[in-house]
Amino acid sequence: MRRLILACLLAAAPALVAASEGAALPGFKTDLTNRAALQRGARTFVNYCVSCHSAEFMRYARVAQDLGLTPEQVQANMVFDGGDVNQVMDVALGKKDGAKWFGQAPPDLTLAARSRGADWLYGYLRSFHLDPARPFGVNNTVFPNTAMPHVLAPLQGTQELHDGHLKQVAKGDLEPAQYDALVRDLVNFMVYMGEPAKLVRYSLGIKVMLFLLVFSGLAYMVKREYWRDVH
Amino acid sequence: MANRSSGLARWIDDRFPIFAWWDDHVGQYYAPKNFNFWYFFGSLALAVLVLQIITGIFLTMHYKPSEDLAFASIEYIMRDVSWGWLIRYLHSTGASMFFVVVYLHMFRGIIYGSGKGPRELVWLFGMVIYVLLMAEAFMGYLLPWGQMSYWGAQVIISLFGAIPIIGDGLSLWIRGDFAVGDPTLNRFFALHVAAVPLLIIALVFFHIIALHETGSNNPDGVEIKKKKGADGKPLDGIPFHPYYTVKDIWGLSVFAMIFAAIVFFVPEMWGKFLEPDNFKPADPMVTPPHIAPLWYFAPFYSILRAVPDKFLGVVAMGAAIFMLFLVPWLDRSPVKSIRYRGILNRVALAIFVVSFIGLGYLGTRPVSDLYTLIARVLSVLYFLFFLAMPIYTRIDRTKPVPDRVTTK
Repeated sequence: MRRLILACLLAAAPALVAASEGAALPGFKTDLTNRAALQRGARTFVNYCVSCHSAEFMRYARVAQDLGLTPEQVQANMVFDGGDVNQVMDVALGKKDGAKWFGQAPPDLTLAARSRGADWLYGYLRSFHLDPARPFGVNNTVFPNTAMPHVLAPLQGTQELHDGHLKQVAKGDLEPAQYDALVRDLVNFMVYMGEPAKLVRYSLGIKVMLFLLVFSGLAYMVKREYWRDVH
Repeated sequence: MANRSSGLARWIDDRFPIFAWWDDHVGQYYAPKNFNFWYFFGSLALAVLVLQIITGIFLTMHYKPSEDLAFASIEYIMRDVSWGWLIRYLHSTGASMFFVVVYLHMFRGIIYGSGKGPRELVWLFGMVIYVLLMAEAFMGYLLPWGQMSYWGAQVIISLFGAIPIIGDGLSLWIRGDFAVGDPTLNRFFALHVAAVPLLIIALVFFHIIALHETGSNNPDGVEIKKKKGADGKPLDGIPFHPYYTVKDIWGLSVFAMIFAAIVFFVPEMWGKFLEPDNFKPADPMVTPPHIAPLWYFAPFYSILRAVPDKFLGVVAMGAAIFMLFLVPWLDRSPVKSIRYRGILNRVALAIFVVSFIGLGYLGTRPVSDLYTLIARVLSVLYFLFFLAMPIYTRIDRTKPVPDRVTTK
């Protein structure tokens, strides 16, 4: 009996741990506990991403609430189009213009961290390199032939691709470590944006698990007491 | 149920047989005392059904079944509806966990011969529930209107098109349009929230009534009704309440821990319960490179792909499910439980488990020559388990079955 259960579990194991395929990506350890980092990520996001990308399911006011900012702060520092802080992060750039300028409309980013994964975003934002054959002069090893220009190039500087390795050829405003930190903050923010509930999900989960642990212990004692007379 | 002969209880009992029902199905329903681990999954399936209905009702209050609003309304639930994220994750996790418990419940039926006479109808009602559950899950999966929702539905509905002569008309009729679109979403919503749940509830009712008519089987496959005490109660039976109610509450609480661990810590289950591509809105112009069904359909999808011809593949897939209906009649063993069966039955069962899980794994992977070859071998083994069942169950050596149930 026990052996049978064990055998079934073992047989099922490969299916459960099967990894998804794809280019080798640097591992990214998401950290949503650092509020200051999330605020920095939000700032980078509105400064560099929202000019072309929308986040049509994310409200500015929700960002304020979750990241410990006042609606006034967010209105003054993040809502650049003069819109309402209670609105979603929409973008001035229309879909048609986007398609005309970039070949395809820049995708909405609300759920990018959920559909692409944090590893992917982190790898993507660090893997632009010069490629004169491309319309904007850059290509990307994580997302070959990407339509996106390297918006963060003034910060990162430029890289070239040599034998599959990225090499920095021009300095940007930030040191490599600073740029890495900026991208980390940005990706952490995008993970948060993909699922704001993540900020409360884990801590609530621990409470629920503790309750269920105590409850199942009591339930087991009740069961054992009733079953004492079954032989 | 104390004091039924007086007051309000009496007044009700004279007009509505609530106490008789309670006695027949709970308080005086005698179940074998030797139920083991495998016997938790029936009550757990019922618990998940209730959870799906309750969470589903709350989701229905906020969801919009329209091409333009469906995807956004799910995100609205995840963000702006109070506790919406929890309700949605309970429902999405419930869908997968429903299949986990139902597969284990069905496996229990196979290893202990639970569908053999006199419980053939219990088995058949259960199988109809299983097929309805697949329809329910398939249609529910379209509702988030993500890329996988859309293309999964597109692929599966197109399978009906492989049927000769009526195929094209049939798939058009199912979709209500030439491609999956707004009419498809609307009708799937209607079927998912009203028609199929009603049928499932009715069938669960039949399943339990039929079970309580014959009485439950048990890990020894012994009919406890054959040995009754002076009071007319089975010697090896115990009243369902309180014994199995308290035991099942304990089982439910352990199951709830596993369930909660998924909901709160890994609701996507690494892409197995919620696929990454389904966080992209449906786009009829962009076909995802790899369209895979969710894990619970994967074994049958694998069989479909293993057959080179599309129509024959559909037939094979249907036959793979239909085989399960026939188990009570394919199984010719004189004993019910695997405990008293010989090596042939055990080997066959092991092959079945390996083929089902192997096919399930392959069904979620992209096709390759090697995988197709393995899928073909496993498909043959899957069918052999059923088609050779009348032979190996009959010639296999059996051990003597005890008169009474055994407990450790």
